[in-house]
Amino acid sequence: MAFDFTETTVKAWRRENGRVGVRNHVLILPVDDISNAACEAVANNVKGTMAIPHAYGRLQFGEDLDLHFRTIIGTGANPNVAAVVVIGIEPEWTKIIVDGIAATGKPVEGFWIEQNGDFETIRRASWKAKEFVHWATELQKEDCPLTDLWVSTKCGESDTTTGLSSCPTVGNMYDKLLPHGLYGVFGETSEITGAEHICEKRAANPEAAAKFRKTWQAYTDDVIEAHKTSDLSDSQPTKGNILGGLTTIEEKALGNLEKIGRTSTYIDVLEPAEAPAKGRGLYYMDTSSAAAECVTLMAAAGYVIHTFPTGQGNVVGNPIVPVIKISGNPRTLRTMSEHIDVDVTGVLRRDMTIDQAGDALIEMIKRTANGRFTAAEALGHREFSMTKLYRSA
Amino acid sequence: MTANTHPQLLVHDKADNVGVVVVEGLSAGTDMLCVCTEDNSDFRLTAKADIPIGHKVALKDLKAGDTVIKYGEDIGKMVGPAETGGHVHTHNLKTKRW
Repeated sequence: MAFDFTETTVKAWRRENGRVGVRNHVLILPVDDISNAACEAVANNVKGTMAIPHAYGRLQFGEDLDLHFRTIIGTGANPNVAAVVVIGIEPEWTKIIVDGIAATGKPVEGFWIEQNGDFETIRRASWKAKEFVHWATELQKEDCPLTDLWVSTKCGESDTTTGLSSCPTVGNMYDKLLPHGLYGVFGETSEITGAEHICEKRAANPEAAAKFRKTWQAYTDDVIEAHKTSDLSDSQPTKGNILGGLTTIEEKALGNLEKIGRTSTYIDVLEPAEAPAKGRGLYYMDTSSAAAECVTLMAAAGYVIHTFPTGQGNVVGNPIVPVIKISGNPRTLRTMSEHIDVDVTGVLRRDMTIDQAGDALIEMIKRTANGRFTAAEALGHREFSMTKLYRSA
Repeated sequence: MTANTHPQLLVHDKADNVGVVVVEGLSAGTDMLCVCTEDNSDFRLTAKADIPIGHKVALKDLKAGDTVIKYGEDIGKMVGPAETGGHVHTHNLKTKRW
């Protein structure tokens, strides 16, 4: 398509570090599970803020702790977030999170509960949260190039219709926008299994191909071989996948890979929640295929809009990133259309081409960036799920 | 396109030996319009069973041990037979991985 998407703009917030955000959240961010209550109290006191409670953050160590910090810092640093109040049980890890977020230049302040108690912490944090809300609500949107957005993808409750319609719709969007400078990311290491040889060939350079192969092999050796019972058949494909007609992991993987289109290639392979550092283009991230965990990791890497193809009807959302649902399954559109933003059932009827479906998705990305709530936002889906690598100490 | 020209079965690639039912309530004996998405070519096939939306149909007689091709790629092997127009799923198709 000859249309030059670099000319297309959206109204969005240009942050201190130059990144473009499409939402303007003031977050109340717990460092650890036992600070959730204080964060929720602050969010209740001060309207226009959002607490995002989670299950971890104590007694983690090594690579697992690194991932925890990267996820929490990345979430606060995401351009969809205007300012952050951080609350932890003690000052030192709280400071690590605050300093990590402060590197973006956005307002952030930390509070800790030990020797203050919940009451005093909530009182002080509420004053700061209110100050942030007044400040953030006066920030003005400006015209930003559509291709300055970072757009992630991961599919869920896949079936055979995702490989025929909604996944190639995302692929078409990437084929059109990546050449104009969009940042993209796909992942789901367990779900690439069965088509890993094809995924490896979609690397843009030998280094990325080697890194992908190493990542996939490590997943197979350390996770699957170490923990599998007989095979993955009870979870990959999932029971929902099988009801939808998917039979084997190879079939599921081939459908999944339709999300990177015909011409797109990935320039690097990222750790979970790692921010891309090799410039504009498509990245592969080593993630679980569980929807909420994967979207949480991609949001923590800095992606501001998520495109989510579904067949049987996954309902996932994210606290800070709008999740756009695309489905081509007519039964899903009939039974649960409240969850679907982009209807591509016409692709199965052959009265909509993949090119037209891709344009419809780009239009929905623009509208979402301009402020339209996604179905998941309107329905209050705010799943924030940390990926944990191993048991805490 | 009018409703009666909408396909009941889509096939990804010319090399595939299975297609996907894309309508609800497909019943045995239906004379299906089948479209290959690769080049929009079409053909007809009679469904031999009631097959749910999203499930696969054999485009030729398949027997145990045959490789099943979809997207032009190997997606596993038959562990039981399926006649042309028959249902292909977990009862007769399995990954070669495990």
